[in-house]
Amino acid sequence: MASETIAITGATGITRPISERLHDWIVTVDHKKLGILYIVYSLIFLVIGGVEATIIRIQLIVPHNHFVSPQVFNRMMTMHGTTMIFFVAMPILFGFGTYLIPLMIGARDMAFPRLNAFSFWMTAFGGLLLYFSFVGGNGLYGAGNAPDVGWWAYAPLTSRAFSVGHSTDFWTLALLVSGVGSIGTAVNFITTILCMRCPGMTLGKMPLLAWLNLVMGGMVILAVSPLTAAQAMLCIDRYLGGHFFDTQAGGSAVLWMHFFWIFGHPEVYVLIIPAFAFLSEIVPVFSRKPIFGYPVMVAATVCIGFVSLSVWAHHMFTVGMNSYANSFFTITTMAVGVPTGIKIFNWLGTMWGGKIQFRTPMLFCIGFLFQFLIAGLTGIMLGASPFNWQLSGSYFVVAHFHYVIVGGILFALFGAFYYWFPKMSGRMYDEVLGKCHFWLFLIGFHMTFDFMHVPGILGMPRRIYTYEPGRGWEIWNLIVTIGVVFQAAGVLVFVVNLLWSLFKGEPAGNDPWDAWTLEWTTTSPPPDYNFATIPVVHSRRPLWDLKHPEDPDWKYE
Amino acid sequence: MRYGEQARWLVSKIAGIGVLIAGFLLAARLCFGGPADPSQIPSIFKPQSTPADSIFRLSMLVLTITGAIFAVVFSLLVYAISKYRRRGDDDGREPPQVYGSNQVELAWTVIPVLIVLVLFLVTARVIHSIQDAPQPPGAIEVVAIGHQFWWEFRYPALGVVTANELHVPVSDPSHPTPTFMTLSSADTDHSFWVPRLAGKTDLIPNRVNHMWIEPHETGVYLGQCAQYCGTQHAKMLLRVYVDSPEQFNRWVQEEKKPAVLNGSAEQGRQVFETTACVNCHAISGTVADGRFGPDLTHLMSRDTIASGAAPNTPEQLKVWIRNPDAIKPGSLMPAMQLSEKDLDALIAYLETLR
Amino acid sequence: MFSLIVAESAIFTIFVVAYIFYIGKSLSGPMPKDVLEIPIFNTICLLSSSLTIHLAVKMLRNARVNAFGLWWFITMILGTIFLVGTGREWQHLIFEKGLTISTNLFGTTYYSLVGLHAFHVTVGLIGIVLAMIFTVLGKVEPAHSERLDVFSLYWHFVDAVWVVVFTVVYIIGR
Repeated sequence: MASETIAITGATGITRPISERLHDWIVTVDHKKLGILYIVYSLIFLVIGGVEATIIRIQLIVPHNHFVSPQVFNRMMTMHGTTMIFFVAMPILFGFGTYLIPLMIGARDMAFPRLNAFSFWMTAFGGLLLYFSFVGGNGLYGAGNAPDVGWWAYAPLTSRAFSVGHSTDFWTLALLVSGVGSIGTAVNFITTILCMRCPGMTLGKMPLLAWLNLVMGGMVILAVSPLTAAQAMLCIDRYLGGHFFDTQAGGSAVLWMHFFWIFGHPEVYVLIIPAFAFLSEIVPVFSRKPIFGYPVMVAATVCIGFVSLSVWAHHMFTVGMNSYANSFFTITTMAVGVPTGIKIFNWLGTMWGGKIQFRTPMLFCIGFLFQFLIAGLTGIMLGASPFNWQLSGSYFVVAHFHYVIVGGILFALFGAFYYWFPKMSGRMYDEVLGKCHFWLFLIGFHMTFDFMHVPGILGMPRRIYTYEPGRGWEIWNLIVTIGVVFQAAGVLVFVVNLLWSLFKGEPAGNDPWDAWTLEWTTTSPPPDYNFATIPVVHSRRPLWDLKHPEDPDWKYE
Repeated sequence: MRYGEQARWLVSKIAGIGVLIAGFLLAARLCFGGPADPSQIPSIFKPQSTPADSIFRLSMLVLTITGAIFAVVFSLLVYAISKYRRRGDDDGREPPQVYGSNQVELAWTVIPVLIVLVLFLVTARVIHSIQDAPQPPGAIEVVAIGHQFWWEFRYPALGVVTANELHVPVSDPSHPTPTFMTLSSADTDHSFWVPRLAGKTDLIPNRVNHMWIEPHETGVYLGQCAQYCGTQHAKMLLRVYVDSPEQFNRWVQEEKKPAVLNGSAEQGRQVFETTACVNCHAISGTVADGRFGPDLTHLMSRDTIASGAAPNTPEQLKVWIRNPDAIKPGSLMPAMQLSEKDLDALIAYLETLR
Repeated sequence: MFSLIVAESAIFTIFVVAYIFYIGKSLSGPMPKDVLEIPIFNTICLLSSSLTIHLAVKMLRNARVNAFGLWWFITMILGTIFLVGTGREWQHLIFEKGLTISTNLFGTTYYSLVGLHAFHVTVGLIGIVLAMIFTVLGKVEPAHSERLDVFSLYWHFVDAVWVVVFTVVYIIGR
């Protein structure tokens, strides 16, 4: 069904000069352009973060390797973690949200378009500031260096005594700046979703992507602020002579850990919940059934949002808290696994009895389901405090969280790319290349991250630039590193597909997937104003109602 | 595709991947020679001490439960994607639009809650049994202090100070002699992890932590620092020597003695005592009383130097003192800028510190 | 604005937690009961300013622009008195009692928490001054009352935070 478009005189037939078009992108407050800016920005940093990971893996391919010095390695591991979380995962998920939310709720833009732009540029500037540290860090040897304190920047390693020069300050300030951007975006999401839904779209009728981004927004404003506060305290310590984390003056290193993880744990749920949103939009369309148990999906997500605020110290089980504290965080950690696991069952229920089409977006979502299952189960293992005393700080944990972030979030993101690329660009991607990307990346992912659990079980700690031979770790590290080759190949195929399809892909039309939410009513790409007339909806799947007037959803909801 | 074809397709894909993996393993095995000496593998699944045993038993239960969950959900997922795939002869109609099912959703909420409850109760018991274990009268007490990038061990009741290599007696169940450790740090955060003996516990400045081990078999157990503490975190290695009671007592007696005064190494001792060595290192019975670096009184009783980064041989010792960055770049030991003659004399002196 | 207030509350909560955690843990230096005097006058001024801003907005909504201008002006004065008072308290603490941010844990947590609050008061005051300028220039109309209402939420938040800070620092912490 084509939506009406309003003819804009003079808009067609004239190609504007490139400087004007670039300027357009720089000053834009249009949520669609900002969404694309976020996504492109993140993809660039994904490649950079991937290069850092490759350097790490090459160094670790054999014991006592000399590919990079320990100092460079420590910078690589810090930058890899910081980049991937703050300048890849968060911006790309914000980008998809920014692009999709107004379209899916029938609005013309976000509630605060200028705040939207401001938030993007703050995040972007934060990333550039962090990478400037490579030239401007002005360490003890004056050559400039990046932070090397790990992405959690534990105190007192970050104090002036142990981190000379300004490398730590780049970490702190870059994240403070991008944190402001994150909070701005979250405020925008919450306000838009609560205030700008089209007529007929009650909270119970909006797409799950909107619900989940609402929960995510709430979590961001509650979780990023503690990090901002802790970083302000760190700056006070480093520059105003404060003693927040100064153990020599009676300060507490554990306090930093608490503050950091009060941010850090909800942060990972901030990352996974939008990934859940993608699954909840894509799996139904390619199973040809509505999402199974919409109300429970919403309730489970809200539940996850609340409970996840109470689990943070499972990152601190080895710190020497007493047995009651350890028990408390064990039960909350295991408890948060319940609503999370339920969602897997709901997606399974959605596929059950359907007619599954194995297009590229669905392939990635199916990969997600298997991999997130495993990741969740290793998470339960890590939640059992005594088991954690063995596994924490080891490669088992590294394998676990990469399973969630790469096997879960990145797979969901690739699925989302392929699903919404036709809408954003107006062209279809190449299906063969898409499947090629999937299989290459799947093989590489499993080679690396399945086998990465083993060195952890065999006693290999994380964040080490080299390891001793004879401890049984060599072969696993070798396999893990080889997997990187396949993942890189997969990403290369992806980039090629993206670029080629942008210029040479088949025109996509409004609704290539025969889907049911509002964004598929507009042209591809949508016009600047999104909808000529604001739609009125009666159910959760407005397009289903239109395509199946004899069997509309609102009769059953 | 019909069912038989589907199954063949699936099996062939899995087999292909399996062959690939087997090939890699074979190639890697050929590259690396035989497997590592099993006793040197610090596996958490080969516990040799009471807390590690408790954790192992818990972990087996957790793995069983999660394994069962995995098997069930995995099978359901595989079944769903194979049975409900769109067939080639599809008629294009949409399948029945099912919105949910209260009974099913209730079931798959209640069952996980019960599983979590059971898991938690078992886990809580293990937490208490390890963390709140009382210290028996025969226990050995060790104070461990973490440094960048070495371990200081003190036995206050026995009057022993050493570094990096911990000696403890094996514990006999009829007369237990576990080792109870008090942990702290002189600088940044560290973590004491010897997988076969216990879970790890962090060493944090301005905080005192406690842990205990109760080894059942003599031998050497390997571990290393497990909390990123700076540049040389990777080479802050640990060796725990679980000795028989007689061996342990002998070791204690030797360690308690002050440094052997050996006339033949007088020149080297002069070098040691008149250069900056004394600012950081202590040798009991001499004027050297530095606390920044490891105690060297019985340096020759250790198998390794630089916290496990190199074997304790005269050649390695020479490399270490001439240029520590050659062994452990970024360690806090400075290159001592000694002449070759002085260096040789110094090594000869250090070799006498048995 | 509510979302912003939630985010800011989280930041303040962390600073308050740090303050409470470190009560009594300073290894040396002046202790709270040695140097802190309860700022009663300041507090009364700030809390009254919540009332006056509320009145101001109400006046504007009822199209009584002059009354609005008056109450808004009083709010501005009260806020300024609070900041000046804080400044004088700090001057006394630094130069006469020798307490700075780097003196000890108490100094660090005190100046951070009170300073963070004062910073928020300053930002609010800048907003109030701007609105005052627009009022004097005759540009403020009853149609703007909703915007000023939203802004006044921020000001109420700042006052509410002061109640918490006051309790924690001057009552519990001493």
